[in-house]
Amino acid sequence: MPDDVVIRARGLTKRYGPALAVDHVDFEVRAGEIVGILGPNGSGKTTTILMLLGLTEPSAGQALVAGFDPLRDPLEVKRRVGYLPDSVGFYDGLSALDNLAYTGRLAGLSRREIDARFKAAMARVGLPDVGHARVGTFSRGMRQRLGLAEILMKQPSIAILDEPTAALDPHSTQEFLGMIRGLKADGTAVLLSSHHLDQVQSVCDRVALFNRGRIELSGTVTDLAGEVLGGGYVIDVEARGAGIPELLAAIPGVVRVRPSGPDLYRVDCQSDLRGEIARRLAPAADLTGIRFAAPSLNEVYTRYFAGGGHADAA
Amino acid sequence: MLTRRRGSPWTGVGTVVAKETADHLSGILIVLVEVLVFLAALFAIYTAIQAIRAAIGESRFLFLLLMTVAQPPLPFSFMDLLGMLVPVFAIVLGFDAVNGEFNRRTMSRVLAQPIYRDALLLGKFLSGLLTLTIAFVSLWLLVIGLGLLFLGVPPSTEEALRMFGFLVATILYGGVWLAVAMLFSVVFRAPTTAVLAALGLWLVFLLFWEVITPIAATAIAGPPETILGPNLHYLELHQALSRISPSTLYGQTALALLQPDTRATGILLYTRGMLLGTPLPVGQSFLLVWPQFTGLIAGMMVIFAIAYIAFQRQEIRA
Repeated sequence: MPDDVVIRARGLTKRYGPALAVDHVDFEVRAGEIVGILGPNGSGKTTTILMLLGLTEPSAGQALVAGFDPLRDPLEVKRRVGYLPDSVGFYDGLSALDNLAYTGRLAGLSRREIDARFKAAMARVGLPDVGHARVGTFSRGMRQRLGLAEILMKQPSIAILDEPTAALDPHSTQEFLGMIRGLKADGTAVLLSSHHLDQVQSVCDRVALFNRGRIELSGTVTDLAGEVLGGGYVIDVEARGAGIPELLAAIPGVVRVRPSGPDLYRVDCQSDLRGEIARRLAPAADLTGIRFAAPSLNEVYTRYFAGGGHADAA
Repeated sequence: MLTRRRGSPWTGVGTVVAKETADHLSGILIVLVEVLVFLAALFAIYTAIQAIRAAIGESRFLFLLLMTVAQPPLPFSFMDLLGMLVPVFAIVLGFDAVNGEFNRRTMSRVLAQPIYRDALLLGKFLSGLLTLTIAFVSLWLLVIGLGLLFLGVPPSTEEALRMFGFLVATILYGGVWLAVAMLFSVVFRAPTTAVLAALGLWLVFLLFWEVITPIAATAIAGPPETILGPNLHYLELHQALSRISPSTLYGQTALALLQPDTRATGILLYTRGMLLGTPLPVGQSFLLVWPQFTGLIAGMMVIFAIAYIAFQRQEIRA
């Protein structure tokens, strides 16, 4: 395994009786990278995470996490991986400190390390003053932050976050995403499972799209857009005049033209066609703006599944 | 796919035991049950003291009488009360041990730490056993203290040994019911189902087992009496079936240890002081109950092993 690859799955498969939950999944995550895993419910995301953590046994295939096989060396893997499960739970009768001290001791931290890291982690997640409060009094957002504090205390090389922002309000979500970027800045590789596509797009370097137990698409959002939407570039054109969609569609390399507002058109292209668009529209229309639009992961996802889960849906 | 895991399965057991024991000793439900057990036991001891004060100087085993004499208004001796309350205490300690972690959604968070699930289950079981030990040793010392205070004489070495044996049997008996409660906490996701199942099983053994065993023995081995005399096959089967019940094993152990003139625990030769009317030496009493002791230990281990296997097969998603 090259030095910077911290998670590598090869042919990872999980069967529950006749049902195939994960079907020969291959992927890699490099150090300091944020990789998003997407897909409908039941597509195999959480099962894959559990196999990477050594919490469930693969039926076939192999994974290496931080250089260790989760099946043979689950303790070594778990020493190096921080995990924030969907709807993280705590012991409500215990304080935040007692909750995190328990998992800290299980992780092999000394009392002194726990005290020092707890204060730093709580400050970083924005909960500096509630360390001795009972977790039963915490809101959902505070619990999620506390879960992230637990990961920070562990100082792992890999963080696996399963739907971490599922129940957070928009403000808390933005703060939480900032904390995830902070993990990346620390050099921690992050595997992020989420249904919030805009959030995934805003923090992830790469994305893997799960469907029926397989990773069907993976790469940067631009790569995915190229595969699913049929063009790697999306250009927003602001112009007034007659027959503009037809003019745009006639340009070689334009895959699709969609009206996206009054006098606004979104153009999917196979290359950077801004100059050609300006040249073609200038004589016939009042061109007021032309700029790159980031391809939307939401659109990729929607189109992919609307097309029955095929990259050639476009 | 068979793969040998690396790393000790006991990593983290101590941490789990410490945390769970602290929870047990401070949990309101468990404190309430402890108070109930202590009050009931102390009341039984107090009424026994009133009854046996007159026997001071006549009996060699005053401290044992403390535990075995029932005096109105309480119809149960200390020994009888423990036989009924120990399972309740143990069930309260274990009924939500595993399903509680799933319901709180703490299971995956805990098992994402460098710890095998073996250590989590064993740690929870050992913490329950430790809590039982702490509670019953306290009770044991309290009984001795009350005896010293009200009877004015210390227990003899033989009495202390017999009482210690009874203490160990009580902890083992609690261990069996703790294992039962933990098994149900693994099998049933709802704690209420687990506690009702465990209490239901306890009631079956406490109230109905003595009704069920002769019927079952008669159905398999024929009637207890034949024209040639007692049906030995029936008697042996009846005894074997009745000893499936931890309540029977514990009751026979307690009786043989706390009533020194007990010379047999089986149905075939169940006679007290029949031969000479003299008490059995303490070593002989321990030999007499050794099968019951080993039965309690084996029962506890087998039930825990079943819970362990069931837990290993569970999917950790919460």
